[in-house]
Amino acid sequence: MSNAPKISAGERVRYKPQIYMPQMSIFWWVKDRAYVFFIIRELTSLVVAAYVILMMIQINALSQGPEAWQALTDWFATPFSIGLHIVFLILLIFHTLTWFWVAPTAMVVRIGSKKVPGSILIAGNIAMWLIISLAIGWLIVSI
Amino acid sequence: MEQTITLQVQRYIPEQYPEPYFQSYEVPLRKKWVILDALNYIKDEIDGTLTYRWSCRMGVCGSCGMMVNDRPALTCATFLEEYAPGPVRITPLDYFGIIRDLVVNTDDFMGKLKRAQPWLITDEAKPLSEGAYKQTPQEKAEYEQYSMCINCMLCYSACPVVGLEPDFVGPAAIALAQRYNYDSRDEGEDQRNEELTGEGGIYSCTLVGECSEVCPKAVDPAGAIQRYKATGAVEWWQSVLMPWKGKS
Repeated sequence: MSNAPKISAGERVRYKPQIYMPQMSIFWWVKDRAYVFFIIRELTSLVVAAYVILMMIQINALSQGPEAWQALTDWFATPFSIGLHIVFLILLIFHTLTWFWVAPTAMVVRIGSKKVPGSILIAGNIAMWLIISLAIGWLIVSI
Repeated sequence: MEQTITLQVQRYIPEQYPEPYFQSYEVPLRKKWVILDALNYIKDEIDGTLTYRWSCRMGVCGSCGMMVNDRPALTCATFLEEYAPGPVRITPLDYFGIIRDLVVNTDDFMGKLKRAQPWLITDEAKPLSEGAYKQTPQEKAEYEQYSMCINCMLCYSACPVVGLEPDFVGPAAIALAQRYNYDSRDEGEDQRNEELTGEGGIYSCTLVGECSEVCPKAVDPAGAIQRYKATGAVEWWQSVLMPWKGKS
């Protein structure tokens, strides 16, 4: 090649390659279905944050007195708010389930010397989640 | 007439052209051929300038990892027929610098491996007279899975965090750290924690999980990293709630 270094007889030259570093596209996550799933899972965490903010708004309204609380609950009853809550709930359930799904990856549980299979861990998590949800639901209804 | 399949191979020859480009080769589509056989056919019969790494052709040496249709794979363990009728795109492993054609630069990976200190660390070496370090089958089973890593680097190409955060020590290195952390003969966990719980360590992992999907040896690096994080969290709480206990 024309621009290859000239090497005289007996001279040793260490090969220094011109390394090409490809640039990562900002759309790397559309390349594979698993990446899309990952991004959706991560984005649904925003809904978790939204619920936290919602709770803070509720507490704030409570501290402002009965009128403020009434105004907020009236807003909750609007179709827009109900629709929003349904969408949020679906995303939140998706978020929760995906984390239960990966739980066996993070935990190795042993009974005696036997490893508990991942499916049982997932089922246990879901069962616990349902029981706690029902208990809280019952508490709210019975008050 | 023998059936054929087209391989679109990424070429990079820096002294000829400054950017990578694609070159198509038509190779026989044979039932028992893996991608590596097709590459060897190209090298032997069509174009001797094609450069790639390979050695054992039986999934042990970890040299022939490449992207096959954008997914990291050991080309010696990936059948050509699965991609029929083609074409098949062969590119170098993602997130690595390219030296030539399909050969990537492994310097960075080697440095990361070292950060994980994947060797037995003991506070004090036992004198020879005390004999061997013994281990029960149960103790061996504890880390065996992580010891299967062949350093093929497929998990690095499957991990977007490796691409986005060049300092991330990466899946294989952490799995290998765990291989020694879980070894009953090892006492180096604190040393490794120092290196792996800081910048670019285990907490850079966002659990995409693809490293474990592409691993040809079922090492499950994603699991190794999450278990590391879980241990780290427990230790942190212990240090907050029971500071008098100190490090064991």
